[in-house]
Amino acid sequence: MIETIDSSLIDWSRAQFALTAIYHWLFVPITLGLGIVQAVMETIYYKTGDVFWKKTAQFWMKLFGINFAIGVATGLILEFEFGTNWSNYSWFVGDIFGAPLAIEGIVAFFMEATFIAVMFFGWNKVSKGFHLTSTWLTIVGATISAFWILVANAWMQYPAGMQFNPDTVRNEMASFWSVALSPVALNKFLHTVFSGWIIGSAFVVGIASWYLLKKREQRFALASVKVGAIFGALACILSIVTGDGSAHQVAQKQPMKLAAMEGLYEGSNGAGLVGVGVLNPAKKAYDDGKEAFLCKIEIPLMLSFFAERDLDAYVPGITNIIEGGYTQKDGSTALSAAEKMARGKLAIQALADYREAAKAKNDSLTQQARAALDANFNYFGYGYVNNPSDLIPPVSLTFYAFRLMVIFGGLLLLLFLVAAYLSYRNRFEGKRWLQWSCLISIFAAIAAGQAGWVVAEVGRQPWAIQDILPVSAAISNLSTASVQVTFFIFLALFTILLIAELKIMLNAIKKGPEINPSTLQQLNN
Amino acid sequence: MEKASIPVRIFRFYWEGFRSMTIGKTLWLIILIKLFIMFFVLKVFFFPNYLGRFDEPSEKQDYVSEELIRRATDN
Repeated sequence: MIETIDSSLIDWSRAQFALTAIYHWLFVPITLGLGIVQAVMETIYYKTGDVFWKKTAQFWMKLFGINFAIGVATGLILEFEFGTNWSNYSWFVGDIFGAPLAIEGIVAFFMEATFIAVMFFGWNKVSKGFHLTSTWLTIVGATISAFWILVANAWMQYPAGMQFNPDTVRNEMASFWSVALSPVALNKFLHTVFSGWIIGSAFVVGIASWYLLKKREQRFALASVKVGAIFGALACILSIVTGDGSAHQVAQKQPMKLAAMEGLYEGSNGAGLVGVGVLNPAKKAYDDGKEAFLCKIEIPLMLSFFAERDLDAYVPGITNIIEGGYTQKDGSTALSAAEKMARGKLAIQALADYREAAKAKNDSLTQQARAALDANFNYFGYGYVNNPSDLIPPVSLTFYAFRLMVIFGGLLLLLFLVAAYLSYRNRFEGKRWLQWSCLISIFAAIAAGQAGWVVAEVGRQPWAIQDILPVSAAISNLSTASVQVTFFIFLALFTILLIAELKIMLNAIKKGPEINPSTLQQLNN
Repeated sequence: MEKASIPVRIFRFYWEGFRSMTIGKTLWLIILIKLFIMFFVLKVFFFPNYLGRFDEPSEKQDYVSEELIRRATDN
């Protein structure tokens, strides 16, 4: 007997995946950001020959190593989950998802693993130039690794470059470059990597500030603040530019996500961007007639501009997307959710007819079914949707997570600019309030990064693959209890790993870089 | 003294690198324990390949297509 899918199974499986991804994303951005900072410091050593910079780079490299060791391979657990919990999805995506992950595993990871050995073991054994090249290639490898993972994720947000094969029930890659270089993938990659740079910079500036608060390692700490704050400010600016690009892509490819990010139920021309606002908790349904906000402050016209690069452009709200009927940018009329659901059911029925006809070796019926499937495949996932309101992601979580990311990102930019200015004017050392702010900013940067992922992933619910496959169809028919067990096993395992990392990291920080001025003098002479 | 061959030099590079590690030894221990738990406990006992029970790709595609069609009609 075939059992129906329990909604608690979906919730627990999603929670398990989210837990794994959240823990994984604690380690990855520090690797991406700290890697660049230490490489910049080693480059200064290479250029100036000043051993102080070598010692400074070595200290941050030690923290990089601790973070790398604890974080390495935590992402593999996500791949275990694909095979066990999301088996329909894994089969359905075929080589589209497998190819980028395979490239990531084979090319980028091995590149990273090779050069990281030279980076850690090669001091005084290889030339300064070769060592510096290895340090840069380690972080280049890590960044390429992130690129392929993000290509896979971007394809779920914007499935492109594939052809569905009803014989194998898999999507087959029709254009590698459409997958790898889709505008969503490129924006996602850049925005995510820059957010990692921000977190890495906040980590450096925050820990350096702790030394200043403790009145220790002052030359080292001030030098680290200078490099970290400038790099962090640059990363924030780049992140704003790519964040704008990402939001523009969301408007084009995932309008429901944009509407949820803005709490926008009724669309309009010249739509304003909600700067800050409080959602109305009494609003339970898109068509209940209740106001969406208790209060809000809007920036006029800006949502239209960010979405369409036109101050007067029309931006649809949640109600409009559900009800359809508005004119889209290409001049076509938007389908309603009910129409999309009907076309989705046609696509799924066509798949059933195709497979039946193929088994019976009836060529004409096979061709008819194939034509119907191809004509409606873009709405395949809507065939699993019962109620139009199921197409609405959790609005409040998406709305507040987006604002948390943007507000913390803005504060971090301000903090980095002030820290960079004051450190170059030699006035950072006396500003304890700023040092405390920098220390706290480590947590703000991590929270902003996690909030960004919440927007990206919660905001696209109910889809595992946008418009093609909802999570309810993607999931394996497991028992909820087994997923609950593995959820708590992961919770325990990752918490132990995190405690181990924090303990080792804090010990290394307490010990400090141990840069002795008289030893430096001797080494420089 | 004759210069050692490249493979020997690479081996020595790694050997000496690992020998001279301090905090790295603890980190390697954590990595190995973690990998052991991941591949020999989690993967084996908790994360079997759900479609691995089918031997042939055709059985897998039949199963997935039936699931995808059934879940739409169950709705």
